[in-house]
Amino acid sequence: MRIKLEKRLNPSVFMLVATPIASVLLTMLIGLIVFDALGIDGIRAVTDIFFTPLLAAYKWQDVAVKAAPLVIIALGISLGNRAQVWNIGAEGQYIIGALAAAGVAMAFGTTGGFFVITLMIAAGVLGGAFWGAIPAWLRVNYRVNEILSSLMLTYVAIQVLGYLIGGPWKDPNGRNFPQTAPLAPDQTLPILFPGTTIHLGVAIAFVLPFVFWVLTARSVFGFQIRVVGSAPDAARHGGFNTRQTIWMTLVISGAMAGLAGALELSGALRNINLGFPSGYGFTAIIVAFLGRLHPIGCLIAGIVLAVTYVGGQVAQTSVHIPNSTAGIFQAMMLFFILASDIFVRYRVRLVGRPGKAAAVEAGE
Amino acid sequence: MTKPMTHETPGTTSDAPRLELIGISKSFPGVLANDNISLSVQPGEIHALLGENGAGKSTLVKMIYGIMPQDAGEMRWNGQPITISNPKAARRLGIGMVFQHFSLFEAMTVLENIALGMDAKIPARDLEARIVEVMKHYGLNLDPQRIVSTLSVGERQRIEIVRALLLNPKMLIMDEPTSVLTPQEVEQLFVVLRQLAGEGCSILYISHKLREIKALCSTATILRAGRVVETCDPAVETSRSMAEMMIGGSLKDIERGSQRSFDRQRLAVQNLSVPGEGPFGVALKNISFQARSGEIFGIAGVAGNGQNELLLALSGETPCESAEAITIDGVAVGTLGAKERRLKGVATVPEERNGHAAVPDFSLSDNTVLTARDRLGMVQAGLIGRGAPRRYASSVIETFDVKATGPGAMAESLSGGNLQKYIMGREIMQKPAVLIVSQPTWGVDAGAAAAIHQSLVDLAATGSAIVVISQDLDELLALCDTLAVINLGSLSRIMNVADADIEEIGLLMGGVHGDPDTKIKISEDVINAY
Repeated sequence: MRIKLEKRLNPSVFMLVATPIASVLLTMLIGLIVFDALGIDGIRAVTDIFFTPLLAAYKWQDVAVKAAPLVIIALGISLGNRAQVWNIGAEGQYIIGALAAAGVAMAFGTTGGFFVITLMIAAGVLGGAFWGAIPAWLRVNYRVNEILSSLMLTYVAIQVLGYLIGGPWKDPNGRNFPQTAPLAPDQTLPILFPGTTIHLGVAIAFVLPFVFWVLTARSVFGFQIRVVGSAPDAARHGGFNTRQTIWMTLVISGAMAGLAGALELSGALRNINLGFPSGYGFTAIIVAFLGRLHPIGCLIAGIVLAVTYVGGQVAQTSVHIPNSTAGIFQAMMLFFILASDIFVRYRVRLVGRPGKAAAVEAGE
Repeated sequence: MTKPMTHETPGTTSDAPRLELIGISKSFPGVLANDNISLSVQPGEIHALLGENGAGKSTLVKMIYGIMPQDAGEMRWNGQPITISNPKAARRLGIGMVFQHFSLFEAMTVLENIALGMDAKIPARDLEARIVEVMKHYGLNLDPQRIVSTLSVGERQRIEIVRALLLNPKMLIMDEPTSVLTPQEVEQLFVVLRQLAGEGCSILYISHKLREIKALCSTATILRAGRVVETCDPAVETSRSMAEMMIGGSLKDIERGSQRSFDRQRLAVQNLSVPGEGPFGVALKNISFQARSGEIFGIAGVAGNGQNELLLALSGETPCESAEAITIDGVAVGTLGAKERRLKGVATVPEERNGHAAVPDFSLSDNTVLTARDRLGMVQAGLIGRGAPRRYASSVIETFDVKATGPGAMAESLSGGNLQKYIMGREIMQKPAVLIVSQPTWGVDAGAAAAIHQSLVDLAATGSAIVVISQDLDELLALCDTLAVINLGSLSRIMNVADADIEEIGLLMGGVHGDPDTKIKISEDVINAY
């Protein structure tokens, strides 16, 4: 007996949907076993991480606020991934976007209002786009792999952040902590539901997937991205420009991360400290893959990953496991989804001895 | 292995055939590739194995050469039942094989390549002596110290033949050996094969070129859909009758109007030069030709002489320096990209179907958007219409009789011939002013090839100009009005097909590469084979 992979005639739609769900379930199962083996109440830990944030209504706002940046960043990443352009540096673009927004806010002092907030968000988008444009420029002109350059630029962005908040942008009233001054009340995003933390950015994160859906499924630009990713020679034959596609996807992807950074600053955190880079840019890569690079998939996957963030905090107090446990769960999900990718295009078959198997196959 | 040249002569052993297959079957998931195949090859016989792509020829020879086991049936070698478990065992028995695609290391010498392929370790000096001996015996000219990358396709094939002959084969399997050779090289190959057969070596000759088989082979086994449909004597049969047995139906001739005049010039190429790209790219040098309304212009040549580069330059995928280098209906388009040229009326079909002419994992409907979106107005305000691509794909499928489950079928799920018909249809139904196609029937079954040829002739009749780039000289001679040969990136003088001379075309294609002084007189056989 041996295992044989056979290419499917058409990719399986069932597997396309089933494998992400199975990945999440497998993650729960493996987590449960590992925790039990470590002498921690596994069922309790898994329940707290995956279900408590959904069952307890007071946790919903936390989930929504955490999901917003994940979804927005993942939309940009998945756009690039469809063109086989791999932006691993969304975290850096997110940081630069937030810093650009903070810079605008600072320039206006305590003045706020619609105009200033719009300008802050625009600055965030441009800042992220600029940070995404650097790997694009290197790739197109010097064939520098964007995976490396975008990742390394993340660490540059962290240093830029450290310099600014510890130096020129340090809060004069901050007792010498490296952080920016809090935004003026008029510079923060409106809260959608009074008494909660759900800000305007959450609404944007729920609308954008539908915009991206139209963009990827219906527009010529979305078609171009898919062709470039799937068959570069065919793209050239069809009159599509590969260089332009690399530019566009990295810039858009950077712009989305920058947008997420600006929204996070003005909607949720309100100042920037050393803890600002919380890894949303990296987690969003998991969101993009778990969501099968589909905009609506990203929305759902973003919520799932946000649940694990919030659930990680719950488990920290209930079963006393470190908060970083959530990261382990997220990583497991990524591994499972990547590993299960093969089932979409291939079917697994157990075959015995050649003669016998052939007889069975011929009988089908 | 004592001396290289000791083939047993026919009749010295028993009367049993050299190789006999009895009821061989082999199936793959979803296909019965070989169904109860029986054939026998006598010592010293050149036996043709004839069939379309997918008829099961390759599967059968793979089993004979020990690459895969049969599911059922028996093989006999000189009357003895045998099991050939791997190619090494096949070579030990005396079965040699020359594959269609060579496995040679470009950066190594002929000698090194042959040494790497030998089962036994032989000192380089001895091996070289034996190689020279074999070459001398069969009149194969090749310097063992030459680097493979400097050799022509015909010379590379000679390495493979020498490699097989070193093992004193009792049977040699040749898989489509002439598909990439010039007429002169075909001539040389035939001489070697006849000499081998005369010495008692059996040859199993796989081909779908019927006239060639008539000239060379004494028996032909014709396969269709995995079964033997006929075993016949090619000398008695006509090419047409064998073709009809092969495709299992009557062969349609190309129908074209009798009186055709080419009035208006539609495509003009003037001194087109493009630098070669990468280490193996071929530079195009001062290419000039024109195609008039209703004309089918052919470009012959051995693969790798600039055909791909020419297609890319004409389609706009590699833009030219000068706008005047290419004009369509009098408009200079040389500096325009592929999309703009399409709007001016140029349609192109590159050689590679999967991944160049079509996106394999896109539906047929999405694949229409690739090249037809602008000409057919499928896009409004940056958004692709939902209905238009689907409707267009459906009408291409229907008009060109493409076997597919519908416009939603993935391009990669179609067979080569069906996908090619679809791609041709997609371009032809856009009514281009100029259609440029490369290897239009490469790897396509005879029925689909006939349909594709007819569609080209019909398009020309509507007043379009057509350029066909092909390695298949038969195809060009049957289809084209005018013809030129591309060799090392330069185009030869242009000749009328009606009074073209095979010998001259062969010489223009490169004759026998490597030794340009060799004059090979092409025999009647080879001339008749075209």
